[in-house]
Amino acid sequence: MACSGRHEIGAVSHIEAVTHTETDILIVGAGGAGMYAALSAANAGAERVLLVDKSLVGRGGATVMAQMTVAAALGEECLDDWTAHLEDTLAAGRGLCDENLAAVLCEDSPARIREMGEWRVGWARRENGRIAQVTAPGHSRPRCCYVDFLNTGPAVAATLRRRLGRVEAIRRVSNLTVTDPVTADGEVVGAVALDAVSGEPVTIAAKAVVIAAGGLTRIFQRNSASANMGGDGYALALTAGAELVDMEFVQFFPIGHLAPRLVGMDPIMWDPFRYKLGGRLLDGNGREFLPGYGSDETSGYTTPRDLATYAITKEVAAGRGSPHGGVYLSFTHVPRAALEAAFGPVIEKLAQNGIDLTRMPIEVAPIAHYHMGGIAVGEHMASRVPGLFAAGEAAGGANGANRLSGNAIPEALVFGEHAGRCAAAYVASRSRNWQPPAAAPAVERVRSLAAGRNGQVSAAELLEELRTLMWVEVGPFRDAAGLGRALARLSELRAGLDEVAIAPGHCFNPAVADWFELRASLVAAEAVARAAAARCESRGAHQREDYPATDPAWMFSQRVTMAADGTIAVSSSR
Amino acid sequence: MTARIARLRVRRGTADETAPRYQEFTVPFEEGASVLDALIWIRNRQDPSLAIRYSCINANVCKECTIAIDGTVDYACTTRLRDDRVMTLEPLPGKPVLRDLVTETRPPRERLK
Repeated sequence: MACSGRHEIGAVSHIEAVTHTETDILIVGAGGAGMYAALSAANAGAERVLLVDKSLVGRGGATVMAQMTVAAALGEECLDDWTAHLEDTLAAGRGLCDENLAAVLCEDSPARIREMGEWRVGWARRENGRIAQVTAPGHSRPRCCYVDFLNTGPAVAATLRRRLGRVEAIRRVSNLTVTDPVTADGEVVGAVALDAVSGEPVTIAAKAVVIAAGGLTRIFQRNSASANMGGDGYALALTAGAELVDMEFVQFFPIGHLAPRLVGMDPIMWDPFRYKLGGRLLDGNGREFLPGYGSDETSGYTTPRDLATYAITKEVAAGRGSPHGGVYLSFTHVPRAALEAAFGPVIEKLAQNGIDLTRMPIEVAPIAHYHMGGIAVGEHMASRVPGLFAAGEAAGGANGANRLSGNAIPEALVFGEHAGRCAAAYVASRSRNWQPPAAAPAVERVRSLAAGRNGQVSAAELLEELRTLMWVEVGPFRDAAGLGRALARLSELRAGLDEVAIAPGHCFNPAVADWFELRASLVAAEAVARAAAARCESRGAHQREDYPATDPAWMFSQRVTMAADGTIAVSSSR
Repeated sequence: MTARIARLRVRRGTADETAPRYQEFTVPFEEGASVLDALIWIRNRQDPSLAIRYSCINANVCKECTIAIDGTVDYACTTRLRDDRVMTLEPLPGKPVLRDLVTETRPPRERLK
């Protein structure tokens, strides 16, 4: 039984009886980016790749949640070129995109998307056999592919899982939470992890570590995140000495589902139907309001995400919202046959939730959906710390201040490909530099937490408080006073981590997992709040009530670092 | 008007415990809420030690929250909470129990060896 007894692999003398394993490349997070990075690393000659996930490989993370579209300049519907995709990406990024990273993303996306097609992902096709491409908001032409119905992400994840199973060099481990990076001589040499099933620490010696643990949207009360998007990857990177970039830019998806309660469907499901059918956004009185914000949708669904979020939030604040505090999304003008053709089996799922779109609008509101910022990397996906790479949403810079719809899955695949290949090249000429004493404090922490601790408040309760705090003070609208309140409370919460109550227990103890999530989420939250407080302007997804205008003098990215004592600081990369 | 409540009878314990042990929780009831909503509420407000696997929370794509609900295998995230009778929640039958509602559902090749 996995719960009792430890599996000792090459026990290390300095750390008594700890489970130890060795690999060439450790990949943290097994969503789209991590799975692709593993395939790419093995393909580039890495002999041992260890792909781990705190949830289940290929089932947690954000990829599997993606219901919508994937942008690639395939030119199936009309002439297209990756440079046109790049132009749209840069425009959406409001002047802050790392142009080199954005170019990598747009140039490589067609190859990755066609490859997924060859791997039988099942892209929706036209009658002539061509891959169907639609025009998602912010794109200058039809460029976005999908798998019907609302199945893009699950199909991509399943396709990658199938490929992984065929590669001998890749070892997969589920329910392994990487808690701390291990560095020596300024390089990343491995990591310490919590084996959730045994409750024991595990040490992992690796020549390179790829962080593909996704973003941080789970730290906001209203979010479309899976349980494991609490910012772990950012905390790991900061701890290892890497820089984060663009942390203030959290994409609030404008039309997240609000009411009536909908189960079994992702809350961001409405977008593709808006552009297929032209769903109308109406205020609480049933009036169209987007024209008042300079967005004319008479010729189609064209309002970018940051503007739509702004308009909805302003309407609600002005007392013109819907009963649950959002706005209405209405398809009642669309004939039933057209609804059934577009929604397919989704109509039945909606009916199970008591929703009949021919008769009623639903309520929608902004919801934290994606994080533009992340680990600062160059074109090789390498951070400034030797041996530390990043891929997918965990990597920052490509999307600047606002992400274009359809760029997230290509980012996972393209950056995963680069990170895996570049990590393989990096490890080829290196030997392992594992130093057990460097891992000892993290190992001891895992052990002491499992022993339990008395306290007044649990990590689960504090995580809920953190999410409310971030939503209220660091959400779609920010100002100096609110950001100051958030930073003060975050500082108290970080200082109080050692007093958090933990129920004792080794095997699958959720209180221990919560503590590690809280520690990481507090670091990620502070990185966002500090960067947001420093940026005295409004740009893209970062909206300041006290600085409502975009200031050309602020057209540069900020970087966040963490000192050895845990102090988080912001600097400009101007 | 009294607030509506739901009552859940949850199987607790680890693999080491031989005798079945059940604990009853009372949670606020909201129209349309799922069983998983109630379990998350219990973890945040009443008992953070309650173990349940879940990942996608609401999208029904990860399939991690599969448990036995009133004896029937189903997803906690899509099964509606009821307020007309006690609901009994147990771990997935036929799988080794790890803790409470969590069973060993990892494919053998994804386990730490």
